[in-house]
Amino acid sequence: MTATHTAAHAEDTEVRTAPAKTATPRRPVLDGRRLRTAGFHLSAGALSALWLLPIVLVLVTSTRTFDDIAAHGVGSRPHSFTLDGFRQAWVDGGQQRALINSMLVTLPTVALSLGLASMAAFALSRYDLPFRRVLLLLMLGGNLLPPQILLIPVSKLSEVLGIYDRLYALVGVQVGFGVGFYVFVLHGFMRAIPGEIQQAAVIDGASPWQIYWRIILPLARPALAALTALSFTWIFNDLLWAITVLRTDSQMPVTASLIGLQGQYVSMWNVIAAGSVIAAAPTVAVFLRFQRHFVAGLNLGAVK
Amino acid sequence: MALIGSARRSRATRVPPVVLAFVLVPLLAEGFWVFWPALQGFYLSLTSWDGLAAPKFVGLGNYSEMVHDAVFRTAAINTVLWLLLFGGLSAALGLGTAMLLQKERRGIGFYRAALFLPVVFSLVATALVWQAMYQPDGLINNVLEAVGLGGWKHAWLADQDTAFYAVIVPALWRQVGYVMVLYLAGLKGVDPVLYEAAKVDGATRWQQFRHITLPQLRSVNAVVLSVIVIDSLRSFDVVWALTRGGPYHSSELLSTYMYSTAFQSLRLGYGSALAVVIFVLAFGVIVSYLVRAFREAD
Repeated sequence: MTATHTAAHAEDTEVRTAPAKTATPRRPVLDGRRLRTAGFHLSAGALSALWLLPIVLVLVTSTRTFDDIAAHGVGSRPHSFTLDGFRQAWVDGGQQRALINSMLVTLPTVALSLGLASMAAFALSRYDLPFRRVLLLLMLGGNLLPPQILLIPVSKLSEVLGIYDRLYALVGVQVGFGVGFYVFVLHGFMRAIPGEIQQAAVIDGASPWQIYWRIILPLARPALAALTALSFTWIFNDLLWAITVLRTDSQMPVTASLIGLQGQYVSMWNVIAAGSVIAAAPTVAVFLRFQRHFVAGLNLGAVK
Repeated sequence: MALIGSARRSRATRVPPVVLAFVLVPLLAEGFWVFWPALQGFYLSLTSWDGLAAPKFVGLGNYSEMVHDAVFRTAAINTVLWLLLFGGLSAALGLGTAMLLQKERRGIGFYRAALFLPVVFSLVATALVWQAMYQPDGLINNVLEAVGLGGWKHAWLADQDTAFYAVIVPALWRQVGYVMVLYLAGLKGVDPVLYEAAKVDGATRWQQFRHITLPQLRSVNAVVLSVIVIDSLRSFDVVWALTRGGPYHSSELLSTYMYSTAFQSLRLGYGSALAVVIFVLAFGVIVSYLVRAFREAD
């Protein structure tokens, strides 16, 4: 939606400026414009370069040898190239296990929370339930709580349930904490689907489950795609819940394991940098692949 | 809309049980993992507890202890400072970059993506990237040396005077792109006719910004404000990964102090009381966010 909006915009300004360009004397306008364009690219380019610099640096550092870093300093230009840092982080540093743990937590959590959230959003937006607005805000409010207030009770709760230090506990708390926000966003989206579609289905004898599964869910696909991209990064990048309900190193997801790596490989910046690259790769991949959904998701979540 | 209205009466008579279950299952999940623990959290803040024996009720004892706790005072001041600096700068830089990268033109996608890319990194990875740059022999000191500012060289994270600010920078690096995206969407919603009318009236760039852009962005500003306050009070990962709140608590935030009090010193009652303080700070924003959500849900 935003894409078409901007396209229309761009066309609009084009049309309006075109006659002006021919009407005024040609050279000075062109020069002024060229100068401004150059100025824009110069400043935007410099800004982007500054922003990308830390990323380039970590990529470079991850491919240097330890001896090179020890001899020339972590801030010098590279004098070596090796993928040994990646091997160390992946095998000895336990990043492989950690990445698997992260995926074992993230994928079920995304699926479960969006599944549950879409059901609740469907019920709240398409049926006249009593207290529906109160319920909606209650669920959103739970997500806005600072997690700190929940840390101690959640860690004790998982102990009582016997799932402390198990990945289930992390999935459970992430679903419970995240679902309210997803319900709110999906509710806003599903509300806009015309009622006639549902009424036609009811007349045809469709059950609520069929309406949800065959009609509303497919229509809500853009919002679901956006939330999938967004929630994937949120859950994958989480540290706090992980270190609250997990203890053993072999259970830790990749963010927590990165902190372990930092303690284990002090000043072995090539290994630490390689670990960071490994930890960031999945979310960067999701972002590059689903960039549009991602940006749309951020704006969907913004309550105006 | 009218059709939904007319259909409402027939629906209100009987909501299918499966639809009730659709709401109740997620609500129970959230109740179990969020609402019930939150209530416990408030109760625990009134107790003294080491996590092993039964919690002992101490009334407001934990809160009166805070008054005399110098670390708490540092952490509270730092949290407010973090809110102002991190919040203010990410809003200003986010709006600035959004205005710079507002117009659709060649190469704009790349510039936007470059600024946005750090948003998808975990704060831990972000912290480690910057930790390498902050090292005594790292890039930042090398650059200072190269441009003749060798005297400014620092052990940025180990120095009490610089650690707090050194931690803010990576957090900002990651946040600006997020705020930029929110503002880009807001700027797209401003009617270009307004600017043209202003130009005809001879308004300067600054006047246009002051009297058109800012008022038109009012709703986005409210969003950004809530996002920033909520994110600031949640900030934990980046500090934890870079300094653990040190050296000498100089970069301590309430969130990190709460975590170390609870899970390292095992003072669970006092830790809960610290969490309640964070909740109180966030409360106003949460309520205003919900009020806006309430209006939107209408």
